[in-house]
Amino acid sequence: MFSLYKKEINSFFSSLIGYIVAGVFLVFMGMLMWLFSDTSILESNYATVDQLFSLAPMIFIFLVPAVTMKSFADEFKDGTYELLAVYPISEWKIVLAKFFANGTLILIILIPTLIYVYSVYQLGSPKGNLDLGAIVGSYFGLFLLALVFIAIGLFSSALTSNQIVAFALGSFLCFFILWAFQFVSTLPIFFGRVDDLVQKLGVNYHYSSISRGVIDSKDIIYFLTVIVGLLYCCMAILEKRKG
Amino acid sequence: MSVKLSHVSKSYSGKKAVDNISLEVGRGEILGFLGPNGAGKTTTMKMITCYLGQDEGEISVCGLDASSEQAEIAKHIGYLPEHNPLYQDLYVKEYLHFVAGIHKIANKSKVINSLIEQTGIGLEQHKRINQLSKGYRQRVGLAQAMINDPDVLILDEPTSGLDPNQLIDIRKLIQELGAKKTVIFSTHIMQEVQALCDRVTIINDGQLVVDESIESLQSHMSGDHVITVRFESSISLDKLRTKHKGIRIDEIEKNTYKISSDSGIPLNAELFDFAVAEENRILEMKTSALSVEEIFQKLTL
Repeated sequence: MFSLYKKEINSFFSSLIGYIVAGVFLVFMGMLMWLFSDTSILESNYATVDQLFSLAPMIFIFLVPAVTMKSFADEFKDGTYELLAVYPISEWKIVLAKFFANGTLILIILIPTLIYVYSVYQLGSPKGNLDLGAIVGSYFGLFLLALVFIAIGLFSSALTSNQIVAFALGSFLCFFILWAFQFVSTLPIFFGRVDDLVQKLGVNYHYSSISRGVIDSKDIIYFLTVIVGLLYCCMAILEKRKG
Repeated sequence: MSVKLSHVSKSYSGKKAVDNISLEVGRGEILGFLGPNGAGKTTTMKMITCYLGQDEGEISVCGLDASSEQAEIAKHIGYLPEHNPLYQDLYVKEYLHFVAGIHKIANKSKVINSLIEQTGIGLEQHKRINQLSKGYRQRVGLAQAMINDPDVLILDEPTSGLDPNQLIDIRKLIQELGAKKTVIFSTHIMQEVQALCDRVTIINDGQLVVDESIESLQSHMSGDHVITVRFESSISLDKLRTKHKGIRIDEIEKNTYKISSDSGIPLNAELFDFAVAEENRILEMKTSALSVEEIFQKLTL
């Protein structure tokens, strides 16, 4: 499994995908956080990096499926999956290796954003006037959200041998799980406690909860259940494909 | 037996791709798998590798059941698929290290260096796979198939698209491997089967048409004499056909004919008598057995 994980990581950085994804994310985030007046930290008059955690999920809706779209679709298209499937490695290990490799890439992309936190820490009045607990929770939540998106991306990629289809489906499902439950819960057909339950099915509810700095076991269980469920579906698709 | 198939069938959307095939291949045997496109060769090979499951019948590889012991079989098999899929963006050595890692091979570098030497990719070993010529890619594909020193090698058209020199090298390599391992390979090149294989299997429309050694196949078919005969002047083909039922006549050159018979009756004397009766003369007559190519055509057309 480690060999496949290592190969995936090498592929990201040898085919420039890793650099391009990291570059696009950081440039885009940097512009939104420091340049554009509507979202700039400098205009907000508060020592906070909330913009990072509210804008990053929206960028991830497109960025994560762009990274994961080739994971299986490319293997199917090139026929390399046929070899992978006859090597002594189980479908679970194939899925997990790809999941962890993508997770590592997202982690690497998130690390440079600590510069933003450091900058705001220095700019605070007094210096260091920053809710570090909430920031740690938010990073943790953002990473879990990215892992859910990766699982969705892998699932979409396992469904097709066309990267574009995998990307479009992945982005749609990421958008759906992040926002759709929240929108749907506001419909008048849901009332009483039902709208609350519908909202809880979406990622945004749990992400917002963790972002406040409160790491609740219910939220962690939600994220883990969604991730494991999607990876399991992904593995089932691969098994079925083997015929 | 290293590989054993008993009454194996496989269908795709109701159409039988492989129909009740039984086959046994032992250690140290090279089996040539022949058949027209779409005959079921690749499907059969994929079932032996456990990539596809059979609908009916049983497959065992090195005594292991293909339906329940796939993980164990994977350790004993080396596979080169038809289109030789490789990770184009990896370097040759990087790719081989990756495959060796999946097979959990101890002493990776030593194994890889010896494979590089064996398959003759030494000069290209530091290149990216997408920079290699087709012949070298094929060698890399063979190297990955051999990396776990498998007991059974399944090679789906390993020599397709190679130039004559590369062809000779790869054939030599397959022959060396066949001395110790079970090699099953498919090809469309009949001379290759004659040069390499101990046994030949011809599959047509999913069914096994032939499964015997090259010698026995040729002697089995030797009833089908092929006579190449050159007359002094042209002959009436209709007269010859009327006189001798069940013969096939092809005019290959002016006044030169290739005549074969299904009946097994030697036609040499008959042709001589025919020439005398027609006041013609035979300038040249040559008798030969059917080549594997001709047998293949006879059985699959």
